[in-house]
Amino acid sequence: MERKIILENIEIEGIRSLDVYRENGGYKSIEKALKTMTPDEVVAEVKTSGLRGRGGAGFPTGMKWSFIDKKSGNPRYLVCNADESEPGTFKDRYLLEHIPHRLIEGMICSAYALGANKAYIYVRGEFKYIIGILNAAIKESYKAGFLGRNILGSGYDLDLHVHSGAGAYICGEETALLESLEGKRGNPRLKPPFPAIKGLYGCPTVVNNVETLANIGWIVNNGGEIYSKIGIGRSTGTKLISACGNINNPGVYEIELGLPVEEFIYSDKYCGGVKGGKELKAVIPGGSSVPILPKNLILNTLAGEKRLMSYESLSEGGFITGSMLGSGGFIVYDEDACIVRNTYNFSRFYHHESCGQCSPCREGTSWLESVLHRIENGQGKMKDIDLLVSIASKIEGNTICPLGDAAAWPVAAAVRHFRSEFEFHVLNPEIVKNIKHGSLEKYLKIPAVSGE
Amino acid sequence: MSEKLFKYKLYVKNNNDVSFTPETLEKIQTIISHYPDGQHKSALIPILHIAQEELGGSLNVDIMDYVAGLLNITPIEVYEVATFYSQFYIDPVGKYVIEVCQTGPCAICGGEDIMNYLQEKLNIKVGETTDDKLFSLKAVECLGACGSAPVMQVNTEFHEFLDMQKIDEIIAKLRNESELKKPEELTWKERLS
Repeated sequence: MERKIILENIEIEGIRSLDVYRENGGYKSIEKALKTMTPDEVVAEVKTSGLRGRGGAGFPTGMKWSFIDKKSGNPRYLVCNADESEPGTFKDRYLLEHIPHRLIEGMICSAYALGANKAYIYVRGEFKYIIGILNAAIKESYKAGFLGRNILGSGYDLDLHVHSGAGAYICGEETALLESLEGKRGNPRLKPPFPAIKGLYGCPTVVNNVETLANIGWIVNNGGEIYSKIGIGRSTGTKLISACGNINNPGVYEIELGLPVEEFIYSDKYCGGVKGGKELKAVIPGGSSVPILPKNLILNTLAGEKRLMSYESLSEGGFITGSMLGSGGFIVYDEDACIVRNTYNFSRFYHHESCGQCSPCREGTSWLESVLHRIENGQGKMKDIDLLVSIASKIEGNTICPLGDAAAWPVAAAVRHFRSEFEFHVLNPEIVKNIKHGSLEKYLKIPAVSGE
Repeated sequence: MSEKLFKYKLYVKNNNDVSFTPETLEKIQTIISHYPDGQHKSALIPILHIAQEELGGSLNVDIMDYVAGLLNITPIEVYEVATFYSQFYIDPVGKYVIEVCQTGPCAICGGEDIMNYLQEKLNIKVGETTDDKLFSLKAVECLGACGSAPVMQVNTEFHEFLDMQKIDEIIAKLRNESELKKPEELTWKERLS
C-alpha cells in the first residue's frame, strides 16, 4: 500500500510557498497543538506513535524527548540536524528543497512539546541554496504568525533560525553539531551528560533529524495511535529512502516500513532494477556506514525469510549476516562494481572526516586507508586482509562518537562477504592495476561472490 | 602523506587593512542577534562564510584576525575553526572553485572519470589553480547529491548528472562569463537543466 506522510502533496506546484502549503492542509497541527493540547500531551502522542529517529540510530523520538531536563530552569533548545552528509543519503535535501514548511511545522509542534523558545536548523554548508529556501520559508512563517511572539494568541513564543555548517561530516553527530553551533571545531563530546541534560550552551537540548521532525505535524493531526498502525512491528510509519548507485531510477522514495527489499529494488515504482540489465551484486542499505550485504543476504535473511525494509528485518542476523536501516541511503552495486575499490573509497572518506580526537579513529582510519590502498593497487599481501579485520575490530567501540564504528563496519563487512575479491586483488596485481572502478567503461569483471 | 600534514599554510600577516562594508556589518549584526546574549561566538562560521565570499575567496590571517576582533574572541579561536572545516580555504583560490565529489556513490557512477577529465582539460592537478587564477580544482567528499551522481560544485552551485559534454559546456560558460550567476538568481528550472 502506498502511504505518503512526509512527501504528501509534494507534486503540487508551488507547495514550497506558505500559501499553497496551507491550502493543502498545512500548519493545521500547530493550531491543534497550541490551543487544545498541553506539551506533555504532544510528547505522549509522539511516544504512542512509536516514531524512531530517522537520522540513522533509530532511537525512539518520544523517549528522547522525555529525557529533557525540565527542572533545571535553564532555557531549552530544539536543534534540527540537517547536516546530511552520510554518503548515499540525500533525502533531507529533497525534503527541504521541495517542502520546507513540512519541517517548520513539525519543529513548531516539537519545540512547543519540549518547552523550547529557541530552535535552530543546522544545515550543511554545501547546501547554500537550501539555506536561502529555508530562510524565505521561515520569513513567511513569521509573517503569518506561526513564529515569533505569542503564536496564534496562545502565549507561546518561538524563534527559529538557520545556521550554516562549513563542510564537516562529523557535525552530523549530535554533540559535534552542538559544538559547531557554538562556533567551535566539530569535536564530539563525551556522553553522558547527554544533550537532553547539557546540550547547546550547557542547556537542555534535543537534536532531531529533519525527517523525524517532519513527521510530527502528521502525528499531532492524526494521533499517535493511527501512526503506530502504519509500518510493521516496532518500525512504525514511513521512511524516506534515497536510492542511488547502479539503478535505473535513482531518487528519493517514501515507503511504508515493511516493504520487501526485492520489491524496492526491482519494482518500477522504486529503483526500477539494476541499470543496463546487469546482475545485482551487493547493496548498502543505510548509508555508507552500515555493513554491505551481497545479493543473497540483502534479498533474504540467512533463515530464508524475505528481507523487509524495516529496522528489525535489515538487522536480522546481526552484523554477521545482516546490516542496518541507518539513514536510508540505499546504494546498489551491479556485477561490475569492485568491492575493494569501493571499500578503499569509503575508508578514505572516514579518514578525511575523522576529527582526530580519539587515537583509535584518528590512527585507525588512516591505517585502514593505506592498507586498502595498497591492496587496491596490487601491492597487497595476504596477511593484509586479516590486518584489516584486526584494525577494524580495534577501532569499533573505542571512540567517543560513532564515526569510529562507522569507519570499521564497512571494512569488516566487505572482508566478511567478499573475501575472495580481496584475495583476487592480492593474487593478480597486474590485472588489478587496470581496473577502473565505476568508470563509464568497465575493464574487468570480477566474479560476484555470495555471502557466507 | 607529507604534503597532507602541511596542508595549511597560515600565511604571514601582511597587516593589510580588511573591513566589511557597512551593509555587510549590518547583516552580521542580524546574524549575531540570532544567538542568545553572550553566545555571539556561534556566529563565527556564518561570518567566516561571508568573509570568504566578500573578501577575496579565501581566508588569510588578516581576515581571520579582523573577524576575531569583530566577535571579540581570540584569533586562535578563529584559526582553529577555519582550518577544521573543509569549506574554508586558507590558501588562495581561483575565481571559480570546482569541487568534484569523490565518494562511493559518485565514484561508481563515473566520478573518477570526471575528475581525470577536468585535470586534463584545465591542465592542473587536484588542489591546484590555473595560471590565469580562474579555476581551482578540489576533490571533496560526499556532497549529498548521490541520486544525481556524478556531481560537482562550482563555488556554491551544484552541477549534477555530469558527463564530459556537460563539463565542456560549464567550463566554456564560466570562461565566457565574467560573472557567475548567483544561485539565488537562478530559477528552479535553470538549476535543474
